[in-house]
Amino acid sequence: MSGSQLVHPARERAVAILGGDPDDATLRRYLHGIPGVDAVGLEQRAAGLGSRSIKTTSKQWALDKIIELIDLTTLEGADTPGKVRSLVAKALRPDPADATTPRVAAVCVYGDMVPHAVEALGAAHGDPDDGLVSVAAVATAFPSGRSSLAIKLQDTADAVAAGADEIDMVIDRGAFLAGRYGQVFDEIAQVKEACARPDGTSASLKVILETGELNTYDNVRRASWLAILAGGDFIKTSTGKVQPAATLPVTLLMLEVVRDWHRLTGQRIGVKPAGGIRSSKDAIKYLVTVAETVGEEWLQPHLFRYGASSLLNDVLMQRRKTTSGHYSGPDYLTID
Amino acid sequence: MSRLAVPKTYKLAIGGKFPRSESGRTYEVRTADGSFLANAAKASRKDARDAVVAARAAVKGWSGATAYNRGQVLYRIAELLEGRRAQFADEIVALEGVTRAAATAQVDEAIDRWVWYAGWADKFAQVAGNANPVAGPFFNISVPEPTGVVAIIAPQDSSLVGLVSAVAPALVAGNAVVVVASEAYPLPAISLAEVLATSDVPGGVVNTLTGSPAEIAPWLASHEDVNALDLVGAGALDWVDLEIAAADTLKRVLRPEQGADAAAPSLDRITAFTETKTVWHTKSMI
Amino acid sequence: MSFLEYAPAPESRAILNLRDEYGLFIDGEFVEGHGTPFQTISPASEQRIAMISSADSTDVDAAVAAARRAYQRTWSRMSGRDRGKYLFRIARLLQERARELAVAESLDNGKPIKESRDVDVPLVAAWFFYYAGWADKLDHAGLGADPRSLGVAAQVIPWNFPLLMLAWKIAPALAAGNTVVLKPAETTPLTALLFAEIVQQADLPPGVVNIITGAGDTGAALVGHGDVDKVAFTGSTAVGRAIAKTVAGTDTKLTLELGGKAANIVFDDAPIDQAIEGIVNGIFFNQGHVCCAGSRLLVQENVHDEVVERLKARLSTLRLGDPLDKNTDIGAINSREQLERIRELSDAGVDEGAERWTAECEIPDDGFWFAPTIFTNVSTSHRIAREEIFGPVLSVLPFRTPAEAVAKANNTPYGLSAGIWTDKGSRILAVADRLRAGVIWANTFNRFDPSSPFGGYKESGYGREGGRHGLAAYLAPAGAARPARTHVAASEAAAVEAPRKSARTPKRQAKGTKR
Repeated sequence: MSGSQLVHPARERAVAILGGDPDDATLRRYLHGIPGVDAVGLEQRAAGLGSRSIKTTSKQWALDKIIELIDLTTLEGADTPGKVRSLVAKALRPDPADATTPRVAAVCVYGDMVPHAVEALGAAHGDPDDGLVSVAAVATAFPSGRSSLAIKLQDTADAVAAGADEIDMVIDRGAFLAGRYGQVFDEIAQVKEACARPDGTSASLKVILETGELNTYDNVRRASWLAILAGGDFIKTSTGKVQPAATLPVTLLMLEVVRDWHRLTGQRIGVKPAGGIRSSKDAIKYLVTVAETVGEEWLQPHLFRYGASSLLNDVLMQRRKTTSGHYSGPDYLTID
Repeated sequence: MSRLAVPKTYKLAIGGKFPRSESGRTYEVRTADGSFLANAAKASRKDARDAVVAARAAVKGWSGATAYNRGQVLYRIAELLEGRRAQFADEIVALEGVTRAAATAQVDEAIDRWVWYAGWADKFAQVAGNANPVAGPFFNISVPEPTGVVAIIAPQDSSLVGLVSAVAPALVAGNAVVVVASEAYPLPAISLAEVLATSDVPGGVVNTLTGSPAEIAPWLASHEDVNALDLVGAGALDWVDLEIAAADTLKRVLRPEQGADAAAPSLDRITAFTETKTVWHTKSMI
Repeated sequence: MSFLEYAPAPESRAILNLRDEYGLFIDGEFVEGHGTPFQTISPASEQRIAMISSADSTDVDAAVAAARRAYQRTWSRMSGRDRGKYLFRIARLLQERARELAVAESLDNGKPIKESRDVDVPLVAAWFFYYAGWADKLDHAGLGADPRSLGVAAQVIPWNFPLLMLAWKIAPALAAGNTVVLKPAETTPLTALLFAEIVQQADLPPGVVNIITGAGDTGAALVGHGDVDKVAFTGSTAVGRAIAKTVAGTDTKLTLELGGKAANIVFDDAPIDQAIEGIVNGIFFNQGHVCCAGSRLLVQENVHDEVVERLKARLSTLRLGDPLDKNTDIGAINSREQLERIRELSDAGVDEGAERWTAECEIPDDGFWFAPTIFTNVSTSHRIAREEIFGPVLSVLPFRTPAEAVAKANNTPYGLSAGIWTDKGSRILAVADRLRAGVIWANTFNRFDPSSPFGGYKESGYGREGGRHGLAAYLAPAGAARPARTHVAASEAAAVEAPRKSARTPKRQAKGTKR
């Protein structure tokens, strides 16, 4: 195993938990010793959580909370500085007609768009826990992850240097499926190091598992543990470029891992379902699932995010309905 | 010079052994014309109790055998009976007072019924079971399983074929049996037990009691470790009380049958002593 | 406020159009009973819902006579195809009125609306759909060609799944060509009476379905009636035993679906999060008012503490309260009497040395409630490990090996259901083979389907409901002897008036037919 010579605290803890160096064999023993997942039961539990009925005051609270937890995203080959600027404008004032509308948590862009996002945010750039908006950058040869490690690390370092607060990396699914867990671990650990800033702080690292390619729930559970062991601050379902992207059962499963990790270590890891969540109704199901699986305290920007673009407008439309009492239409909302 | 015959002592058959009744009692078995034939053991309630214990102990092995194996074991009984047709015919002639031809026909019918039921052992589950298309991601299958310990009051007016007709179907699914033989015609039942002992039927799978059904049946009907009660030969007893006693532990009960068709060969006689078990299992690719 | 508390989301009662008083449904009409009427209440509020007629023995006679007439004049002569069409009609009507039925069920029974809406009522419609299709295919039911119906079926059902148990009883009986007299439980008659309205809407010939309400003595009169050909009962083992004695010696056919004390076996390689859900669903579904409830949790000792800890955490998220609130997980206990029994057995658990843990929940002032409760340190000899509690109370017992798990699971006079949780397929199949129970759920629990036979071993009763087996319980082979009473069917009316005696007068009467 290649690897950093630095002894990172996350790595030290992983060694303690795994009972040995995080190489293929040790990780395999550990990850394959985790209890399995029964798909039918998992999906039924998710369906049960999805059938909660959220009304009146709870719904109003939920809609605002969803907005506060959104990573407003544009990840297209055709992205331009202008597109990013208008995305930032939407992030800062989601509903120009209603000043009480909260801001989203972050804007999520490709690494080369980070300077434009930072510039557009200006003074509003900062920690969403303080009511500001972060910049998240996808990195590590997103979405496929098929490039050399050196390029992935450079990709990450560039984004951080340009002002990204959060890095959304992809794992090497090929390595994972081939059983090269040590390699996956090592890449995550090194990307985490590449998130470090000169001042000793570090960008937050979201690890994208691309659950649609991992296919089985057992794999998702193992990859979740692997990503957390390697030092990820967040585990994220998908790039949005592969179907299926985020689903409620997958998110539930990842939340269960986060809950178990917290029980084991006391550390809180974030979860980000991304891709495919388009309606308020769906987003509320995720809120319920978070609250009933890991607890309501997870419903804050540094522990839970939605990776979404079109979701925001649906939430805004619902929000208008709850405040005005009548239904709204798309022409009353801005399209960015 | 005629040879002096050696008469057989007819005992009970419990757990693969041939004990006398623990009570020490016997009763006289007479020919159709009233002359003395033998002393048969007169089983007591404690013999019935011992028989149930032996049967319960035998359930696991017998029901755990493969259906193919049970079929072979049952077929083996027919093979052994075939070689002893004369002995059984002699006993039937003496007891029932029928012609030799009628007695032989009865033996042949009994043998054929063993063969018929032997063939069912690895088939009845396919006929009585089901794959169930439930509306959900589940594998769901229903299979008949043996009820457990079956107590049988054998037909009283037929010494061999009645007995076989009641015992054989209960064995097919893997039940263990305690059978109370015809009171008046008990000898073929004990001779059959001797055949079973030399066949491949494990000890305790068939336990044969001779004596008074009226005396023994209530103890079997109320016994908490008996799962089913076949009253086919209990028509002359106060069988309703037996059924009521059996209800205390919700035993499965077959009611008395009369006449030549009593306990006629049927799949129902096999499934009457089975329980349908349905297993659900989640089904998913991922 | 806490988001987790969720604002109230009550299902509207406006959809219900209840009468203030309900009569007996005999021969296609609602008629007043001769017994003393009683009120049915909501167990969540103790508020009166409606007055219900009580059937005395003359009403039982009238209902059975109506069923006999309908059997002889129309139903037994109708083609299977037409019988099937009636059942399809009923299934559709049930779907059309699903929301109304769900609300009525939760109101009268106390079960959460999400269960009546998502489980009970959809299954009710499914049951009629399934058996509707059987009506013209009886040759394939496994009894040979031209099997015959039995005649008049007397059916007594419990209060835990009022409408679903009605469907389990009526659908196969009608498909097979029988007519029925059904008695719902005293505390939950409402949906059966709404069903009677559906029978009217379906234009089912009068007398094919008769519904009589009342208490235990009404049920006893019905199952002991000399002119019924079939008795089907779901309820307690004690009452089932009494009924078995009642029909002993008669020509009446009997199926019984009785109590249980199911083992839910969790092995150390179980899919743990789904097992926790399965345990919760196994014992807290329908407040534990389930005969097949997984009331004994057998946990491999090396994961015992972890399972119990996770279970407690999970139970702490359950919501107890208004059954009509869509977010309620645990509704009301069905009656004060049942609540007393749950309390009594739980107290016995404490007295016998088991350790009690109860989820923290706010208990409403009115109505009957019992918070989800777990007992650990339970021995197989404790009453809470042997007796059916029929409430939200779980007894946890450890085991060390698969053999011990099987032995403990089978160590009960009951044998209705069991659960197995392990990732190892071969073990599932082997353990399933050895468990003496009629329904085995592997990595799931409390699943029901009209195509899947359900019923018990040993003292959990006999006969199966659901599937082909459930149909066969209402049929006899073509050649089977018909009890003397139905041979006179040809001369119709006269035959109906003639007094009919069963082969033997019942020795004892069943007392109490609740559950």
